Amino acid sequence: MELHALTIHAARAALQSGDLTSVTLTESLLNRIYAVDNQIRAYLSVTPEVALEQAEEADRRRAAGDTSPLLGIPFALKDVICTEGLTTTCGSRILHNYIPPYDATAYRRLREAGAILLGKTNMDEFAMGSSTENSAFFTTRNPWDLERVPGGSSGGSAAAVAADEAIFGIGTDTGGSIRQPAALVGIVGLRPTYGRVSRFGLVAYGSSLDQIGPLTKDVTDAALVLGALAGHDPLDSTSLPTPVPNYETALRSDIRGLRVAVPKEYFVEGMEPGVERAVRDAIQVLAGLGAEVGEVSLPHTEYALPTYYIIAPAEASANLARYDGVRYGHSAANPSDIWDLFRTTRDEGFGAEVKRRIMLGTYALSAGYYDAYYRKAQQTRTLIKRDFDQVFTHYDVVVCPTSPSVAFPIGARVDNPLQMYLADIFTLSLNLAGLCGMSIPCGFSEGLPVGLQFMGPPLGEPALLRAAYAYEQATPWHTMKASLPLDVTSSELNETDEAEIG
Amino acid sequence: MPLDLATVEQVAELAKLGLTDDEKARFTEQLSAILDYAARLQTLDTSAIPATAMVGGLENVMRPDEARPSLSQADVLANAPRSHAGQFQVPAILD
Repeated sequence: MELHALTIHAARAALQSGDLTSVTLTESLLNRIYAVDNQIRAYLSVTPEVALEQAEEADRRRAAGDTSPLLGIPFALKDVICTEGLTTTCGSRILHNYIPPYDATAYRRLREAGAILLGKTNMDEFAMGSSTENSAFFTTRNPWDLERVPGGSSGGSAAAVAADEAIFGIGTDTGGSIRQPAALVGIVGLRPTYGRVSRFGLVAYGSSLDQIGPLTKDVTDAALVLGALAGHDPLDSTSLPTPVPNYETALRSDIRGLRVAVPKEYFVEGMEPGVERAVRDAIQVLAGLGAEVGEVSLPHTEYALPTYYIIAPAEASANLARYDGVRYGHSAANPSDIWDLFRTTRDEGFGAEVKRRIMLGTYALSAGYYDAYYRKAQQTRTLIKRDFDQVFTHYDVVVCPTSPSVAFPIGARVDNPLQMYLADIFTLSLNLAGLCGMSIPCGFSEGLPVGLQFMGPPLGEPALLRAAYAYEQATPWHTMKASLPLDVTSSELNETDEAEIG
Repeated sequence: MPLDLATVEQVAELAKLGLTDDEKARFTEQLSAILDYAARLQTLDTSAIPATAMVGGLENVMRPDEARPSLSQADVLANAPRSHAGQFQVPAILD
């Protein structure tokens, strides 16, 4: 197998045995990026000097006896997570020139675990979207079909992993932005419990919903990355002090007696038949492995989408008030007064979807509409959470589709925001309820990957990993890769992309 | 349509968001469609249901009130579009 196609655990074994150095592995990944990324366009910026310097350091650490879990493993970081001294754009014109003066805790923890930063990946602007088409810079392509979206908002990290342009990727999930792109490109995506991974240094979108998590080639790798990311951080007041378990011990292929709930509301009219078939088959596989499968009802499911599209924009409208052209980022030229500076900076700096959500959130929070929209949505959020509390008193995990459709064509939904929002219909309840979840590959529909979603109670990551690992070991889907035409000679990718962003 | 053009203009002003006439017209239509969809929440009786603002379960997280190192003035100003004498510079606020 080629080096760039390795999983974390396979690369780690080769690094530990001395058969491979991190510098060699990192060079292989950089060469892969140069060969294919002008087709995929996963990266907003590639940082080869940083990567090779970190790889040399990793090799020195290993020679000195360090066995940190991700030592020497190259990865891709979503460009919404702050990296000191390295441009962090959030996929937005308003931050096209922003260079953070500090590292996010998640990035610092990955570096301490020994991981190597290859670059920052493309995303829907401020993580608002389900296709990466809302990036201010360009659209990332799905490795399985370059005319289709990779999902979003973490589409860059997901596509990078699927195209072997990174051993693993880091995304963020506010309403499905890790799980949905993982499903659409055929990889594993894990959204941890709210509070499990520090949000310090993550540029805020919906602060009661956001969470950072891994995008990986298999379930074992997801456990390894989660173990490095998770843990209490005094810099994030919502970070949970609960000790972090050893997630690798959850990777057992025996799921006899595991209680698996199938919510009937997640098999709806209008979902693609090929998706339903693949997910139904996967549930049969789980039953065949000894899981106790039962049908349940989550009666407030139909209210999750409107609830989310009140709460998330409301939080976004408050969080994005900070972009004023005064302290960082884009600033309007020659403003006539301070109000003109604010209005013009924000008009020039934000794209259409971000403006839409700021408008929606401001409206929902404004005098006269607060009770009818924002408060109502918060009350409905309670009902949605209670549905899940009820199910998890009898079941260990919920299983359902990740997305009602496979990857859709680029441009198909950009003019219809409501239709685009429907892409998240199966993922956003989890964020509202503060649960954990993951998407793993479970087959294909019309040649495109289908995702199987597991949801667990707060801090239920071990049960998710156990169910997902058992299914993965019993099926071939995680070994299947998109084949890309390799006719590319670009070697100046980094310069090209930076020029485009600037 | 729950939203008219005047409301869109008022909300844009609250959000300090400059919008073109074209954007205002488009948002009037698109936001109305989204709010129509959200109207299904009104069919639920939530009169006895408490609001959920956060899901992590933590409350009033405090740290000791002690001074600690912060970013330097140079680091803080490094991204500023305009600065003067160690401060952020903005257009005159008072006439």
